[in-house]
Amino acid sequence: MTAMVERYMYLLKGSWPRLVELAYWPTMQIILWGFLSEYLVGHSSYLARASGILLAAVLLWDVMFRGQLGVSVVFFEELYSRNLGHLFASPLRAYELAGALAIISFLRTVIGVGVAAYFASLFYHFAIWRMGWVFVAFFFNLLAMGWAIGLLVAGLVLRYGLGAENLAWAAVFAIAPVSGIYYPITILPHWLQAIAHWLPAAYVFMGLRALLFHHVVASGLLWHAAWLNLLGLSVGVGVFLYTFRDARLHGRLLNLGE
Amino acid sequence: MAGALAVHARGLAKRYGSVTAVEHVDLDVEPGRVMGLLGGNGAGKTTTLAMLLGLLLPSEGRIEVLGTDMLRHRYRILSHINFSSPYVDLPHRLTVYQNLRVYAGLYGVRRRDARIRELARDLDLDDLLERPYGRLSAGQRTRASLAKALINSPRLLLLDEPTASLDPDTADRLRGYLKAYQQTQGAAVILASHNMIEVERLCDDVVMLQAGRVYDRGTPSGLIEKYGRITLEEVFLDMARGRTLP
Repeated sequence: MTAMVERYMYLLKGSWPRLVELAYWPTMQIILWGFLSEYLVGHSSYLARASGILLAAVLLWDVMFRGQLGVSVVFFEELYSRNLGHLFASPLRAYELAGALAIISFLRTVIGVGVAAYFASLFYHFAIWRMGWVFVAFFFNLLAMGWAIGLLVAGLVLRYGLGAENLAWAAVFAIAPVSGIYYPITILPHWLQAIAHWLPAAYVFMGLRALLFHHVVASGLLWHAAWLNLLGLSVGVGVFLYTFRDARLHGRLLNLGE
Repeated sequence: MAGALAVHARGLAKRYGSVTAVEHVDLDVEPGRVMGLLGGNGAGKTTTLAMLLGLLLPSEGRIEVLGTDMLRHRYRILSHINFSSPYVDLPHRLTVYQNLRVYAGLYGVRRRDARIRELARDLDLDDLLERPYGRLSAGQRTRASLAKALINSPRLLLLDEPTASLDPDTADRLRGYLKAYQQTQGAAVILASHNMIEVERLCDDVVMLQAGRVYDRGTPSGLIEKYGRITLEEVFLDMARGRTLP
């Protein structure tokens, strides 16, 4: 697993445009939402009660988004370079690759979201880390959800080839509306609420609103998110391992790639 | 593991629905021997190598590598095997050195840098170590892939078209290096190739595959004699064109 982390670190360090890109999008988002937030605080009693709510939501959602891309897109690198055959002819196990992807996803997320959080603090005086351990709990819950989706997407690409790579972006955008990032899930139609209750992100954002509006640490919500993440990660890892075995059965480890 | 055959495969078959890629292939390779897999395109050479590596699960049959059941315990033995194939690449954005370092790590090689320096010297890669793999010529990539295949000093080396894309001089030197490696390390080598000169020079035994089945087997000189031909290429053409024994 260490060798794979080393491989992905080489990739990260070897290209400064990639490093800049990691932080660029989250930072641009935070600048945009920061101005919008400043404007809305003066015009909305809802936002005036918790001025940082939009910025916190944007940053935390990006944790999930970056965490997911950190697994799936980094995995695609192996397919782009037709390297899967070499990797799995070595003593590397599929779950070790999944572990290395999770570690590199964590590092990429810290870099991307860290820079954006710094600018939020600099420009809008909103320091998300002041939430303390609750922020850590929010962060890891969303990261774990990102990993689960990333592994699921990686598994599907292992099964259906690079034609399915757009799932990496589509998957996150598909669940954003039901995750209650910027609004409570109670405004959703009942059938969508039923879906939302299976998403750890929905509980994290409920917890975020409880903290910022009511100054309450809703640890029950965070535990619920953690249990759902455990379930989600089990499914993600399970699908990834299953599709890996399926790829061995159908000869895709040698053929997949551009 | 000591004294075991490098490869012992029985009844190896791979089918994709109604398509048969490999059927009833038996292979025995002793340590320190070089076996050539000969066959035209689609004969089943790469499929056979992939099954021996565990990259492809056979539909039927059993495989023992260095005395270990590959279908049940492949992770016990993978650090002693390696391969090179034109169908698989190394990460393009990493330099040759970085690629070799990563694979040395994956194979648990001790003193990684020393091993990389040694291979770079032997395979004339010194000037290419800091160059991204994706920017190498086809011949340079072949040498870098071979360095990766030798990084763990494998006891079983599987080579698919190892000298494809190399100029005759480099190819000849590489064959000499592979032969010396095999003899000094006592390694077993399975070589899939279309290059009959290469097969005649390197291989102790040859298995000829046609449409996924073993067509014939023997030593290169034995097959030439059996078919009443002068070169192995003529024997290959006999097989490919369906000519029977004279």
